[in-house]
Amino acid sequence: MIETITQPWPWYVAGTIIGLIVPTLLILGNKHFGISANLRHLCAACFPSNIPFFNYDWKKESWNLFFIGGILVGGIISTQYLSSPDPVVIHPDLAKDLSQFGITDFSGLVPVQLFSFDQLFTLRGLIMMVGGGFLVGFGTRYAGGCTSGHAIMGLSDLQWPSLVATICFMIGGFLMTNLILPYILAL
Amino acid sequence: MKTKQEETDFEVRSLDTMCVNESELVHPWWYNFKYAAVGVIFGIVFIKAEIISWFRIQEMFKLQSFHMYGVIGTAVIVGAISVFIIKKLKVKTIHGEEITFTNKKFNKGQIYGGLIFGLGWAITGACPGPLFAQLGSGSLAIIVVIASALLGTWVYGKFRDQLPH
Repeated sequence: MIETITQPWPWYVAGTIIGLIVPTLLILGNKHFGISANLRHLCAACFPSNIPFFNYDWKKESWNLFFIGGILVGGIISTQYLSSPDPVVIHPDLAKDLSQFGITDFSGLVPVQLFSFDQLFTLRGLIMMVGGGFLVGFGTRYAGGCTSGHAIMGLSDLQWPSLVATICFMIGGFLMTNLILPYILAL
Repeated sequence: MKTKQEETDFEVRSLDTMCVNESELVHPWWYNFKYAAVGVIFGIVFIKAEIISWFRIQEMFKLQSFHMYGVIGTAVIVGAISVFIIKKLKVKTIHGEEITFTNKKFNKGQIYGGLIFGLGWAITGACPGPLFAQLGSGSLAIIVVIASALLGTWVYGKFRDQLPH
């Protein structure tokens, strides 16, 4: 049993559990699945700065902060107790592409050669960590949601604006990975 | 003045993923731990299915792997069936409240913001949820990415009125 759990889980298991989070949150308290809103709640809680967008009663949305707190704890639990001893399998073409840019350490889920405190002092690391994070925070709020709020919750509720948003997420991702990222990685 | 503020707030909220269906019931704060429990399960799935892996996201956008498409596709199908059943059978919450849905209104932000988020997603290899799981998995430097995402959200809030919607 424990061996089955420590293996990487297949997509249909993960997809089913994530899909079931939608009705679970609804049934637990009429809550709609959406994670990026937390970034707004954190802004509203810490730096509202008299900006109307952050002037609301964020405490009413505190359930969502508990939710991401849980995600953090889940990350700790599975890394500490449920992790697989085998290295992460990477597509050989991707490994080849990345090795051109000196990225050869595939041991973790997050590449340490790109995301670490040391990398923050390189132009590449600065663009990827600070620039990438900024785009995620700015873009999700501008779009009114991220993968959870639009792609999963919105599409589950057959909302066509969420389909538009999801298609744009994918277009942006394809452009970055295939056309722009090679130049950033080469820095 | 108070009414006006409430209206503005609602407009802001309708553009957003925030829960607009506010519960009339008041629960003790620790009731929120039930959502934390769901979050723990979500965090474990994130790691065990390697959804938070930067490499898996690159493979998705290079069409080298079906994994992420399978995860998101299955989640949408399961979610859609669940929502359909909840609506059809008028399922209530565990506290006996009605479950409500709000239609999302289209605005150009879903296009511009969607593209911007897509660019960031491919760089960081993470959407907002996985960022917190990455931090939990021990990649402490991700705190910088999260802080920067908070700054991005704040800057959006600051210049929201000047942006096309």
